Amino acid sequence: MTDAYVVGVDMIKFGRFPEKTVPQLGSQAALLALDDSGLTIHDMQALYCGNLGQASGMVGQRILQEIGQTGIPVVNVSNACATGATAFREAWTAVKADLYDLVLAVGVEQMGRGLLGGGGGGRGISKEGLLGSGTMPSVFAEAGMEHSRMHGTTFEQFAKVSVKNHHHSTMNPKAMYQIETPLETVMNAEMISYPNTKLMCSVNVDGSAAAVIASEKKARELGLMDRAVKVRASVLTSDPWQERDLVMPDVNSCTRKAAAAAYEMAGLGPDDVDLVELHDCFATAEILHYENLGLCKDGGAGQLIDDGEVALGGRVPVNVSGGLLSKGHPLGATGIANIYEVSTHLRGEAGKRQVEGARIGMTHVIGLGSACGIHILEKAA
Amino acid sequence: MSDKPLPAVPYLKIPSDGEPYLQGSRCGECGAVFLGERDNCSKCGARGGLATEKLAERGELYSYCVVHRSFPGIDVPYISAIVDLEGGGTVKGNLVGVAPDPAKIDFGMPVRVVFRDALGRKDQDGNSYLAYFFEPA
Repeated sequence: MTDAYVVGVDMIKFGRFPEKTVPQLGSQAALLALDDSGLTIHDMQALYCGNLGQASGMVGQRILQEIGQTGIPVVNVSNACATGATAFREAWTAVKADLYDLVLAVGVEQMGRGLLGGGGGGRGISKEGLLGSGTMPSVFAEAGMEHSRMHGTTFEQFAKVSVKNHHHSTMNPKAMYQIETPLETVMNAEMISYPNTKLMCSVNVDGSAAAVIASEKKARELGLMDRAVKVRASVLTSDPWQERDLVMPDVNSCTRKAAAAAYEMAGLGPDDVDLVELHDCFATAEILHYENLGLCKDGGAGQLIDDGEVALGGRVPVNVSGGLLSKGHPLGATGIANIYEVSTHLRGEAGKRQVEGARIGMTHVIGLGSACGIHILEKAA
Repeated sequence: MSDKPLPAVPYLKIPSDGEPYLQGSRCGECGAVFLGERDNCSKCGARGGLATEKLAERGELYSYCVVHRSFPGIDVPYISAIVDLEGGGTVKGNLVGVAPDPAKIDFGMPVRVVFRDALGRKDQDGNSYLAYFFEPA
């Protein structure tokens, strides 16, 4: 089986663009990624497009209607917040299978504002606030409190995640926000669902990201290996059965299963990873994933954030992009934006937030319901 | 319009000649407990063989959050609680009778399930609903 390489990757600066259409936003990232590779849409043999909000709207085809209708196969992907990573993985799968030598993956989302989840639906009456809460801040607050129950994790430790990621984003010109948020500011922000304050919830933004994936043969033939990033592992899992599944979406076991498979596929372990972009949809979630991804032992996540080991300059920097908390979380774009971030470090092009000497990086997303996508990337030799 | 309250969720059962209860089903192969009725077991993959049962009215608080921001018209703050019932089954609901303050809420605290009107909520046909809540036991 051939190896697959990212030979072009980019994202637009995340923000709010109500005047643009979803295909227009997707097209911007697609063209940026093509330019990054030095190729054009005419070189692409297939397009994998991730989007949630218009999942039945043929977004991939409409992107080609903006940038070049070449008649290539288009697959539109929807997999909750793992949508972008799933689109990327479908593209990777096709290259690995020797179906194509050059493919394009795009993730794009245009978001509203406010709380996600908890809408209910169906007949009868709304259950929100009657039978507990189904909003995303509440669901991830409950998952965080489970960690508190097991390991004594504190509100302050959860809040420190947000301080760190907001700090990182001050060095990322493509993040939605570049604002320092000291600990008191985070802890005293409006409480949404304890222990998540407003500054501990990801930002709903519009955004897009795209990647060009090439087979090794094609990357060499085109002379693109200099800046190429090798996909060492690509893994997708769904949620294995857990006893509290039906009332408590489980983001832990699908992540642990995916991480184990990804480390095995890449033939390395957590100690080999130089940076991680993980799914900090809420500050509570990031704490869980330190342990789920093996960055520390179970119960060690609070200490990890206290000791600064996951900050830029620490042992294994996490979310140096600013993460979903400050870079923003355009659902369908997030998975590919993570790949852009890690690739940029592996290429040594991340500017002020560069993780020095980064050789191996990991991306992780969770789509609630649930899907977990993990990729391990390495600078091509 | 029904002259009696309707159940807020399908797994809340209101017998015509008895007290309301929460219904679960238990897999005959592996013992996994689910809310409401179902055909197959998603833990072990067994087809059929799931028997319905009354779930316990006592349990303990597994996890929770305190909701301060919700949708318009929903009273805050309130405690969204995840409760493990004695004998199996986990349910989510509002924990009432406790201040919505993390300092006053203990993991593992014993609770009981109580059945009350659904906070005055009615559907578009004007039907009333019966819901369940948790109280400290």
